[in-house]
Amino acid sequence: MHYHLMPLFAVLFWCASVAAAAAIDVKAAVLRVDYPSLLPISRYDLRPDDLGFSGAMLADEDNGTTGSFLGHTYDTAHVAVPPEEADAALEQILADGTRLIVVLSNAEDLLRLSDKAAEAGALVFNARAPDIALRDDQCRGNLLHVTPSRAMNADAVAQFAVWKKWGDWFLVAGSNPDDIALADAFRRAATKFGAEITEDRTFEDTGGSRRTDSGHVLVQRQLPLDTQDADDHDVVIAADESDYFARYLSYHLWDPRPVMGAGGLRPVSFHGAHEAWGATQYQTRFEVLTGRYVQPEDYDVWLALRVIGEAVTRANTAEPDGVRDYALSDAFELAAFKGQKVTFRDWNGQLRQPILLYDGSITVSVSPQEGFLHQVSPLDTMGLDRPESRCTAFE
Amino acid sequence: MKSLFLSTALAALIAGPALAGKAFVSNERGNTITVLDTETWEVITEFPGGNRPRGITVSPDGTKLYVCASDDNIVKVFDTSTYEELPSLPSGPDPELFVIEPSGKRLYIANEDDNLVTVTDTETRTILAEVPVGVEPEGMGISPDSKFVVNTSETTNMAHFISTEDYEIKHNVLVDQRPRYAQYTADGSRLFVTSEIGGTVTVMDIDADGAPTVVGKIGFEVPGVQPEWLQPVGAKVTSDGTRLFVALGPANRVAVVDAQSLEVLDYILVGQRVWQLDFTPDEKYLLTTNGNSNDITVIDVAAEKAIKSVQVGQQPWGVVTIE
Repeated sequence: MHYHLMPLFAVLFWCASVAAAAAIDVKAAVLRVDYPSLLPISRYDLRPDDLGFSGAMLADEDNGTTGSFLGHTYDTAHVAVPPEEADAALEQILADGTRLIVVLSNAEDLLRLSDKAAEAGALVFNARAPDIALRDDQCRGNLLHVTPSRAMNADAVAQFAVWKKWGDWFLVAGSNPDDIALADAFRRAATKFGAEITEDRTFEDTGGSRRTDSGHVLVQRQLPLDTQDADDHDVVIAADESDYFARYLSYHLWDPRPVMGAGGLRPVSFHGAHEAWGATQYQTRFEVLTGRYVQPEDYDVWLALRVIGEAVTRANTAEPDGVRDYALSDAFELAAFKGQKVTFRDWNGQLRQPILLYDGSITVSVSPQEGFLHQVSPLDTMGLDRPESRCTAFE
Repeated sequence: MKSLFLSTALAALIAGPALAGKAFVSNERGNTITVLDTETWEVITEFPGGNRPRGITVSPDGTKLYVCASDDNIVKVFDTSTYEELPSLPSGPDPELFVIEPSGKRLYIANEDDNLVTVTDTETRTILAEVPVGVEPEGMGISPDSKFVVNTSETTNMAHFISTEDYEIKHNVLVDQRPRYAQYTADGSRLFVTSEIGGTVTVMDIDADGAPTVVGKIGFEVPGVQPEWLQPVGAKVTSDGTRLFVALGPANRVAVVDAQSLEVLDYILVGQRVWQLDFTPDEKYLLTTNGNSNDITVIDVAAEKAIKSVQVGQQPWGVVTIE
């Protein structure tokens, strides 16, 4: 009998001591879909096994420290599956009673998983898919986007080019669907900010030119030929989400020009050398925890879980609707080591945020650039603005 | 003629070393401390301050200078007249900001990387306690009666009220994003906490037992400056409790606030990325560290005007003055 009594007393006492803040145990999950993929051009871009999950571990620590003063606990499950097991994995997460789910997958899987999660009343955070349609006519009311869209990334690059007065662009696009989608985002950005694409070419993916076996010898001969006779341009904009050529462009062009986009200066949500605005502490915490540098997916997952933590801390709720409503409300704001608060666009669920322009070594610049003004927030000069988005799920 | 010469010499003698106050500025990037004469505003000297010196303060008698050498994980101690380095104090990892109690005995240090506040005895040079606080502790304030130390945690977004008797947290108050600094009024009845990313100063009334009640929030607005860049960091309040000065970081301005009505009265243009503030002991001047322009701005407190800027070392962070 007394075996049962002790824990009961402990629970009662604990409840009383945090009664003011109402104890909440926050359960979340990170579902990562691992697609078969080729090796990246650079070894630095190899995907670690704990990609994304490490961001979740750090978020649980950060949220948990805050929660320790309020009687809130955080426990996030990590699930990595091949695409054919994604649906079953989601069902298991839902069966475990979890209703706050961060998903790293492509757009097609994300939409299907989000709709399935909606049936169970769950809230989903997109931490990988940059597709514009997800923020446009394909948006979902239970799907919030932490990862920047292709439009935001392209606009971030375009603003920097325009600020530099590099108004004439040579666009080099890959031939795979994601490359084509990114090239479209750059064309849209050029129109939006008054740049001109003086040369528009496709670099066919023929399956060659990987890094091993002296790939650089072929690249050094081929790329100048592929980029010769282009109309006058100030900068080369590379659209290569498949990662098969853009990294090679710098130093191998016919005309010596800076490269931006998928090679050279790249738009990222975060990187392991970012130090401004207190980010050094974030890097230190992450490295102590994981023994490696942070990648954008880790940061995006961390940020998604910090959004949840903020809702729990400020609005005292871990219910999917409560978190969503708080995140979309005017009261929501979050510091994210980017120099200003990040908030959500209440018309399509996209997180507004500065975009870092990264050369593989340092933060070269941060967009939005000076002089790009907006009636609501300079951050809304990047991505789909309210009048542009056809999303109605948040109305 | 003779008497004129004499009296001038006498005046020079009197006005000389006896009255010359000093300001010490920690230069975060330059790893040095710049020493200024607060009469002439000339730089007297610059000496090594350890790696990444940030928080800077002095013993109550003004003889010892304490510096958070963040990357050395210690508090460096210097003689304020000879600049000789004295034995260091243990601080715990990555000390950023600290506050010394009025008696000078205990130093309360925020360990930014470890979610701790370390309490160090300045006489025995030992650690008395480590208090777990929120994520990225930074701002440190102490109540004038020494009963409470307030720590702000930048990612947890709380002001933690730590009892100096048992080192337990007695109150936690949620404030806006990225709280940077905590400043009590001299009578201990009010506390101001700046929030860098939130863009606000949270105002708390403090009761006789030291318990806080949030009574207001100060916001800032400068025509032509994007609201995102109005980022409150350092803050100081005059000893009569009438004026609060708030450093606004990348807005390059110091806000002048009526500390009673909480109305913002004016914005004083200073150097770039204004960070921390300190009054001269007579409160005639307020000094600001300007991290991106590598200088300090001298503000005439009564006139509420900037009167001078002085070049110091690389990326000045904190400032403290002595008589």
